[in-house]
Parts: sequence; structure tokens; C-alpha cells
Amino acid sequence: MSNLVFLPIFIPLFVGALLVFFNKKHQLTMKISYLTVFLNLGVSIYLSYYVFNNNPLILETGGWKAPYGIILVADKLSVIMILSVNVIALSAVIFAYSSVTSKMVQHYFYPLFFLLIAGVSGAFLTGDLFNLFVFFEVLLMASYGLIIIGGSKQQFRESVKYILLNLFSSILFVTTVAFLYSVTGTVNMAQLGERVAEVEQQGILTGIAILLFVVFATKGALFPLYFWLPKSYIVPSPVVSALFGALLTKVGVYSMLRVYTLIFSHKLELTHTFFIWVATITMLIGVIGALSTSNVKLIIAYNIMPSIGFMLLGIGTFSAESLAGTIYYLVHDMAIKAALFFLAGLLVWHAGTSNLNKMGGYIKTSPLLGWMFFIAALVLAGIPPFSGFIGKYLLLRGAFDEEHYMAAGIGLLSSLLILFSVIRIFIGAFWGEIKGEPKEKVRRSGLAASGLLIAISILLGVGAEWFYPYIQSAADSLIDPQIYIDFVLKE
Amino acid sequence: MEIVMSILAGTLFAAGVYLLLQKQLLKIVLGTALLSHGAHLFILTMGKLNRGAPPILEKGITEYTDPLPQALILTSIVISFGVTSFLLVLAYRTYQSNKTDMMDQLRGTDDE
Repeated sequence: MSNLVFLPIFIPLFVGALLVFFNKKHQLTMKISYLTVFLNLGVSIYLSYYVFNNNPLILETGGWKAPYGIILVADKLSVIMILSVNVIALSAVIFAYSSVTSKMVQHYFYPLFFLLIAGVSGAFLTGDLFNLFVFFEVLLMASYGLIIIGGSKQQFRESVKYILLNLFSSILFVTTVAFLYSVTGTVNMAQLGERVAEVEQQGILTGIAILLFVVFATKGALFPLYFWLPKSYIVPSPVVSALFGALLTKVGVYSMLRVYTLIFSHKLELTHTFFIWVATITMLIGVIGALSTSNVKLIIAYNIMPSIGFMLLGIGTFSAESLAGTIYYLVHDMAIKAALFFLAGLLVWHAGTSNLNKMGGYIKTSPLLGWMFFIAALVLAGIPPFSGFIGKYLLLRGAFDEEHYMAAGIGLLSSLLILFSVIRIFIGAFWGEIKGEPKEKVRRSGLAASGLLIAISILLGVGAEWFYPYIQSAADSLIDPQIYIDFVLKE
Repeated sequence: MEIVMSILAGTLFAAGVYLLLQKQLLKIVLGTALLSHGAHLFILTMGKLNRGAPPILEKGITEYTDPLPQALILTSIVISFGVTSFLLVLAYRTYQSNKTDMMDQLRGTDDE
């Protein structure tokens, strides 16, 4: 049974390696990809079903018992993330149907895509801090490949910075793991949690916690370390941008969620107050960035930051409710960011330019795209009854309850500004007279992919009563790390 | 011995950061390579340097070298090999398509 945990990593990894050999056969690759994504989705649904109805699953690779060997843990939080990742992967493959050219396939789009999925799933499943680094590298290597497929001038220019920044933070990560190993003598997360609790988290451990925060903040694009993100996320093809926007920064947030609830949850007043400040500034800077530009893709890319800020606010507040809010927002944001990147890509293809000032009146030529964009904008800003509202409501109520009035107030303000920044695209691109004839028809499979994701986020909002108990129980298991520790170490 | 290793790792870090702050792309790539070497030496030092004992853990044996840092370094070295070779190719292609290898000329200013 516990071998099931391995499948969400193994299936994409194997198929990714296999597809390297079929890079000239476009149709075949596409069919295999469809099959794989559905298979993987099925596996992850079964895995979530099993974990929510029974115990978490643990795979001890090679039969080495928990604190010694490499372990993979599928607890409630992990399976929620795995399920979301596979839904995003499905929509990306649907979107890729018409948008990925034979040239991109020839340059190994699908293998890199599946390696990215394998890396992200691995990062969500691992129970070992060093393995987290390894899976980070797997997904980053795949993303390095994906970001320069196409090989245009801007892509090379922007991807160099993306790669250098991520490389630097990876080196910092491995150094910090070494620090932590020298202090505690282990890299197993459950055992780390136990040992840190024993020594009551001295100063050096808080120092390591902040170093790890710098690493994850770079991956997740938080306030002082966000500058590499917006420009490098808009240069690749829309399907790649959507994958990055939906998955990569969320891995950083997930790692924070895991590390700061499980390991460094003892000196809250220092680290977690710091988190709330960083979260607040990140929200503000993100919306200011989104308002500062008239490049459609750049507006969407800047909108990643405020949502990361919201999630960090939940981690900083650190109550069962706010953690549930963070998880809810994480799932919601994966779906809606991917949908918005898809829609922005479709819009840019339709208009032939990404400059908002040169667009106008496309509601007449592509009504479906326009209305989808409108709904996606409302979902993103958190208008009830959509999913953004539920997550934000939980987060902000948690923040008010713990008396972080300033942060909550700025959160509310930035939601309003987020709405303004995306509605600006809707008004500019879809209202008024047609400026510049549409370059090409909107691709149907693109609309289908975004429609799927928007439907999911509406369902997450309208059917919040069905989903909330699951998310709440995942958050409850986070707030009490002893459950995880006892389960992994079997004591 | 740990002191010497720490100083060595620190020197590598310093040199790596200095090179990272250069403008030429090739120097930056070399900087990342030095940084990762520093990190590897650092992991080795953090596992306590123990000479003349095999990394075997069995019941009854008290003198052994900690195998974990070595496993970690091995993984990390392989990753850094891959990344460095990728970066070198990327730097070359960037130079080819942008006709420059100076970072200040690679700034993304033209707002498309």
C-alpha cells in the first residue's frame, strides 16, 4: 500500500524520460501525455481518498527505518497539494494541445513538463529536508529547460537572471541544511521537529530558521527577493508561464508551511511577527507593480506576489483557522493563476500585442474569452461566492482574531487594488471600439483548459462546505506537529 | 582541521560572491561553481572530520565516520555538475543571440 506514495513521482518521471526518445513524433507524444496525466490524476485521487479515510502513508525507501533512510510521507496537506498539481497538469496538457508547436515538442517540451511535475510532486511528498533540496533541483532544472524553449532574445536575457537567482538560493539552501545537520544531527523533518522541540529552539536555530526563510522567500518571490519573477515569467510560452505561476512559487510556500509548522514552531514571537511584516509589504509591492504596467502578461505575473503575501500572512498568524485559510488560498490560487495566465496568453495571441493601450473591443470578436476573463478577475480578487473569497475570509478573520489589524487592513486594501488591476485589463481589452484587427482566432482548447480551471475555482467557492472539512483537518494536523512526528517515527 | 576547512569554505564563498557580482557572464558562472564547492566543503566539515574510520554503522562499533554528509555531498556534487554545464551552454547561447556577455547590457528595458 505504501508504495502508492511513490507513484505520483514515478509516473511523470518515467514518462518524461520515455518521451525524450519521441521528440519528433508530435501526435504520439501528445496522446501519451494525455494518458499519463489522466493516469496520474486517477492515482492522486485514490491516494487522497485513502489518506483522508485511513492513516497518512509512509514509504521508507529501501526498507530503512524512518530517521535513517529517505522517506516519503503522504499526509493530508501533501495529498491536497498533489491533487491540485495534477489538475493543473491536466489543464496544461489540454492547453498545450493547440498551443505547443512541433518545434517546441522537438525541443523536449513534454519531457521537461513531466519532469517538472515529478519534481513538484516530490517536493510535496518528501519527509526529508535534504530531499526537499534535491526535488527543488529536479523541478528547477526542468524549469530552466522550459523557460528557454523557443530561444528568443528576451528569453535568454531574462532566463539568465532567473537561473542565477535560483541557483544561488539553492546553494544557500544546501548550506543551511548543513548548518541544521551540525546542530541537530539529522535531516529527517519529523526528527528535526522532535529535536528542536527538545532544545526549546535556541538562538542558533532561529538563525537557521531565518536563513531557510530567505531561501524559500527567494523561491516564493517574497518582498525583498521578488525582482527576478515578473519579467522572467512572461517571456516563455503561456503554457509554461501558467505552470510556473501556478506551481513554482507555491512549492516555496508549501515548504514554508511545512518547515515553520513542523520544525521551527517554538519561538513564534520572533519569526512569525517578521513573517507578517514581510507578508504585508509583499502584498503592497505586488499590487503596486501590477498597477504600474500596461503589459497584460506582466500585470498577471505581478499578481502572483500579493497572493503569496496572503498565504504568508496565514503562516505568520499561526492559528488553525488561518492555516486552513492558507491551504485554501494555496489551492485556489494554483487554479486561478494558471487560468489567468492561459487567458492572458490567449488574449495576447488574439490581439497580436501585449500592450493594453493597443487593445480594445475584443468582446465583439471573442465574447467567451472576455467573460471568462471577467469571472477569473472576480475570482482572483475574492468576490463572494467565488473561491478567493473563502480563503481570504479565513485568512483575514484569523488575522483579526490574533489582533494583526494593520496587516489585515492592508490585505483588504490590496484585494481592492488587485481587482482594479485585473478589471483594468477587462475594460481596456474588451470594451470600446476595436483597436487593431484581431490577429488570430482564439484557440478552443485554450478556452477549454481555462474553463476547466475556472469551473474548479467556482466549485471551490460555491461548494466550500464540502471542501472545507478536508482542508480544516489538514490544517489541524499542521497546528499539532506531534501527530506528524509520532506517526513518522512510530513511537 | 575543522578550522582549516571552515576557512577554506569561507574563502571559496567569498571568492564566489565576488565573482557573482561581476558584470561578465562567464565570471558569474565560475562564481556559482566556486560557491557550490564552498557549500560542499562546508557540508563535509559540518559532519565532523573523522580520519581513519570507515563510514559503517554496525552494532558495537563506536568509531566510525558519519556517512550522511558524504551521501549529501555526492548528491549535491552531481547536481552542481549538471547545473554548471547547463549554465555554461546557456551563457554561450545568450552571448550568441544577444551579442553581448555584459550583464548591464542584458537588462530588460525594452517594454514589449
